[in-house]
Amino acid sequence: MYLFISPWLIGFFVFALYPILSSLYYSFTDYDIIHPPKYVGLANYKEMFQNDLFWKSVVVTVRYTFISVPIQLLLALGFALLLNAKIPFRGFFRTAMYFPSMVSGVAMSLLWYWIFNPSIGLFNYVLSWFGISGPAWLMSPDYALYALMIMSFWTVGSGMILFLAGLQGVPSSLVEAAKLDGAGRFRIFLNVTLPMISPVLLFQLIMGVIDSFQVFTQAYVMTQGGPNYSTWFYVYNLYTSAFKEYRAGYSSALAWVLLIVVMAFTALIIKLSNRYVHYEGGGRK
Amino acid sequence: MSMIPTAGPGASPSVNKRRRKIDAVSIASFIALVVTTFLMLLPLFFMVSTSLKSKKELLTFPPTFLPESWQWSNYREIFDTLNFGQMYMNSLIIGILTVVGTLFSSALAGYGFARYRGKGSNLWFMLMLSTMMLPYPAIMIPQFILFSKLNWIDTFLPLIVPAFFGSAYNIFLLRQFFTTLPDELFDAGRIDGCSEFRMWRQIALPLSGPALATVAIFAFIYSWNDLLTPVLYLSSSDKFTLPVGMSSFTSSRFRIPPWHLLMVASVLAMLPIVTLFAIAQKRFVEGIVLTGIK
Repeated sequence: MYLFISPWLIGFFVFALYPILSSLYYSFTDYDIIHPPKYVGLANYKEMFQNDLFWKSVVVTVRYTFISVPIQLLLALGFALLLNAKIPFRGFFRTAMYFPSMVSGVAMSLLWYWIFNPSIGLFNYVLSWFGISGPAWLMSPDYALYALMIMSFWTVGSGMILFLAGLQGVPSSLVEAAKLDGAGRFRIFLNVTLPMISPVLLFQLIMGVIDSFQVFTQAYVMTQGGPNYSTWFYVYNLYTSAFKEYRAGYSSALAWVLLIVVMAFTALIIKLSNRYVHYEGGGRK
Repeated sequence: MSMIPTAGPGASPSVNKRRRKIDAVSIASFIALVVTTFLMLLPLFFMVSTSLKSKKELLTFPPTFLPESWQWSNYREIFDTLNFGQMYMNSLIIGILTVVGTLFSSALAGYGFARYRGKGSNLWFMLMLSTMMLPYPAIMIPQFILFSKLNWIDTFLPLIVPAFFGSAYNIFLLRQFFTTLPDELFDAGRIDGCSEFRMWRQIALPLSGPALATVAIFAFIYSWNDLLTPVLYLSSSDKFTLPVGMSSFTSSRFRIPPWHLLMVASVLAMLPIVTLFAIAQKRFVEGIVLTGIK
């Protein structure tokens, strides 16, 4: 066995364990990458909690996560349900929904940057069909974050595919049985379909939260964290302090807080899942 | 194929009244689908049409949906002006080598975890799973320092070499698949005097087409689209990958970014992904179901 896993083992020590431990060490130092690190105790952590930009980045990231992830999941599940039914042109709809997910992060950011252009962009033009005059989106501190959320809904197709795979696994015998028992459509969804696909839902919830804690591309390409820090995402903040201000020590402290939060979230969701998620064959996990 | 309750005509054979209700719901959901699909495809359509517009037409309002004059020359121009061919090649090279590395080491480790129960194998497996939730930003600073000590900055090595040591997600996917292979196959191989490594290569791998294809596609897409890592490591513009090069155009280099050319770049950047998806669509979905993301 060890022969087979040896590449991974080496990788684990060199690219995971060593970086994580040294980043813990750096987080207690003042380190500009060029001169040797200087031990400063908890100073970085203390500074972090007094730093306005840190708190700004926390608020932006949490707001983005708590609003966009649930909506993304609902949309993905909704489309999956619609497209799991027998509907004309189902194959076409599935492909069309998935298509936007094939656009890379940078290409998507460029495209939507252009679409959100307040005076000549497509978005406000489409809104004007409905008599709405849109805001300046990415140039407005009040709307920039919402613009990024709207953009994130464009790629729900990839989540939809996973839900579709999950729905295929719901045994039709269960649905039929529930129907015979006189259960309505909504009851069947709530008591049969939803429990059966809850592992997929959980998986996507964890991944969605973890991914949105790490938003970087959009902030880097579209807004550079602005305007007025309204899209100052956590990882963008981390990147800036490490590679623009050369404060690797402080940045490592940021990295460790991120790590702890991500681990805590994962643990919490797994714990909740023991109570609410149904695994086929019962009991296990 | 299972059917969910919103299924259309014929879902409920009972009363007429009920049947009509179901039809109404089907029609409503069909309309909802048509509208959302239209809205989903609109930006893509706009991307392609903008890529064919002239520089002047970009600034007209309301935006035109079809180009007034089709500038196919934009697709030639991009190779002259934006160093595009070079960036494309860089991304391709990095992507392909990443796929090779990921397939090799992840299949190896996945096989090891699936077929052997040794002392501590559970511990290593749990450790492997836990690295899945390790956010890259949490380890990127020490990695950067490590690679800069190796003098790997501004080379492709930091983008390729880690792939040759496997990634947790793919190892897990492949392990799940390898555990479904029947033991009898390997017993037979052992009787015939097959070495462990040969069994991996000649029995396990050939049976794993869909799973390997899924991993390969994931790895390629990830590498092709990644921005953060190449932004950290690549500084000279002839080494830029596509995402780095494209993102550099919103910054100060141009007063007004050449949107028509950037849309050409976006269309061309999408091409390999769409091609992959078209070729592997069936296997891809199969792979997701097979490896059971749940």
